[in-house]
Amino acid sequence: MKIAVVVRQIPDLIEPLEVDGSGTAFDLGSASFIVNESDDHALEQAILLKEAGGATVSVVALDFGDVDNTLYTAAAKGADRIIKISLAEEMPPPPRAAAALYAEAIKPLAPDLVLVGVQAHDEWDGGVSPFLAAALGLPYVGVICGVKAGAEQGTISVCKEFPGAVMARLNVKLPAVLGIVGAEQPPRYVPVARVRAAMKTARFEEQEAATAASAPPAGSISRLYPPASGSHAEMLAGSESEIAARIAEILAQKGLVK
Amino acid sequence: MATVDALKGPALLKQLGKTNEGKPPLGCMQCGLCAASCPLGEAMEFPPRKLILQAGADNLDKVLNSPSLWMCVACYTCSARCPRGIELTDGLWPALRDAAMQAGFQPPAELQETFQNVFKYGNVLGRSPRQRMDWTKDLDVRVLDLSKEPRPVDVLCLVGCYPSYYPRNQLVARAFARLLTQLGVTWGVLGAQEKALGECDRMAGEEGLFETLVEANRKVLDKQDFRKLVVLDPHAFRALQKFYPRYGAWYPVQHYTTFLAERLEQLKPLIARKVDAVVTYHDNCCVGRRCGYYDQPRALLELVPGLKVVEMDRNRDNALCCGGGGGGMWLDGHIVAQGGTRLSDLRVAQAAATGAEILAVSCPYELSRFEDAAKVAGLEGRLKVRDIIELLAECMDLGERNVS
Repeated sequence: MKIAVVVRQIPDLIEPLEVDGSGTAFDLGSASFIVNESDDHALEQAILLKEAGGATVSVVALDFGDVDNTLYTAAAKGADRIIKISLAEEMPPPPRAAAALYAEAIKPLAPDLVLVGVQAHDEWDGGVSPFLAAALGLPYVGVICGVKAGAEQGTISVCKEFPGAVMARLNVKLPAVLGIVGAEQPPRYVPVARVRAAMKTARFEEQEAATAASAPPAGSISRLYPPASGSHAEMLAGSESEIAARIAEILAQKGLVK
Repeated sequence: MATVDALKGPALLKQLGKTNEGKPPLGCMQCGLCAASCPLGEAMEFPPRKLILQAGADNLDKVLNSPSLWMCVACYTCSARCPRGIELTDGLWPALRDAAMQAGFQPPAELQETFQNVFKYGNVLGRSPRQRMDWTKDLDVRVLDLSKEPRPVDVLCLVGCYPSYYPRNQLVARAFARLLTQLGVTWGVLGAQEKALGECDRMAGEEGLFETLVEANRKVLDKQDFRKLVVLDPHAFRALQKFYPRYGAWYPVQHYTTFLAERLEQLKPLIARKVDAVVTYHDNCCVGRRCGYYDQPRALLELVPGLKVVEMDRNRDNALCCGGGGGGMWLDGHIVAQGGTRLSDLRVAQAAATGAEILAVSCPYELSRFEDAAKVAGLEGRLKVRDIIELLAECMDLGERNVS
């Protein structure tokens, strides 16, 4: 099986983000970046599939932020190919355009399975994972929390999470794109010595970004600002019966109960 | 997927015998003194003696896959007592933990997070390097940030992760800043360029992370012009005193207790008032049992007028560990889940048994560990935990909180 995994860099929120002078974007010049958590799970899921039944795992990433460390870590975990897409701009394009870039890099790999995190906190014009499926012309299943080999050749068995904590196991015909929310186990820890070894041995396949303009954003940001608090929560105090009476009163006031 | 194909126990032990970590583990005569001395040995599937026995019998996979591999808190008791001079703490445990991770066995999750924090941010708490100087906010003495204003200093103070970021420990860093200023030494800190020294990471088996930190810290320290390093953290002292020189990184370093104990005559005139209290001192493992500095911290306590120093039954080289070394600071959950005891709980009970009102410490880990343990034991208010720096600052009116 050939598996492609998209791994993204997102701003690290250990420091507060600030809006830049334009008022429509974050000032990312001094921000640090980390691997997107659900992409990390997508990579873990790919490595688990490789260990379970054999696969070639190709990792695809845009070249910015702290991506080299992330990619060396991916190599240390067991990724076979690392494809790094260099950007004309300093910062990555929004999700729809980024999905087009990933698709360009993934198409020649002719993967059976494409795994990508189902969400990232910078997806302001939509999720990369369904856009990527559309750009590749492949079926898509999202919010996946576990992937196993399918019962039949050419299929994969996935665990999909629905609202209300309803879980379903689906058989998905390959090739397909899966939006991963969680791998079957937490992303593994690889000791730094192995990452350092990967820094010496891993080779990145570097590609120029091809089609940044082919997928314009669905909209534009007219203003970016921290949310202003309109009102505060009312903290209920008193005995259990007093609190219960107050809750009943609030529900009645809101017209939620008669 | 974990595999030990490339690792054979006897070969690993033989290889360890060729390093400078004490005598070869294969010389173990199975006397069991290590296992009997280990404060967590009873809860371990493989206490030190059995570790050597099983690894030597080529059952390395069992050893590496055992939760007990992650229970050593680097108290050095086994190493100090081994009649064959086998360096179990600095040698065997870190090597086996390293081998476990290299083979794909996963360390406990909380330890993974700490490793990742140190690798990514250079501190165990996962905080921004830019916030390293937050402890100096509104401080009434100037702290020279040498990363911004490089200049020759007598003392380069390595503040450490907890005193830089953790509110309780920040009080100690702030008191030490006032104390250094009062002593009239020229001193500075590395600010955002300071990183963890990595002793705990090394002892927890993350040799690669430790090497990364040595490289990064050397680059920064080699650019600075200082006469000596003074550290607040005994683990930092141990790292710089023993492990950094192996990489050619030798620096004159003192733990603050030794640095201040050499200046008793200069400290005496600064004393402004008495601190009437009974105090007992907890010898931390790195400065105490490992390096033999027992008198210096006590000399500092004796300097404080009004303080009456009493000893716990287990003191000096027989002191019980707080449980925070060797990665233990982040392994309490794992150790308790394996049937072990939080050693800090035992230690505060020993401190309370002396009748002391204050448990004095000289390690950043111990403040929070012992304060938590005192709360658990219902001793809050009865047994206060104070760093020696805080007690000195109190009698010199340099502190921010009342001690007694």
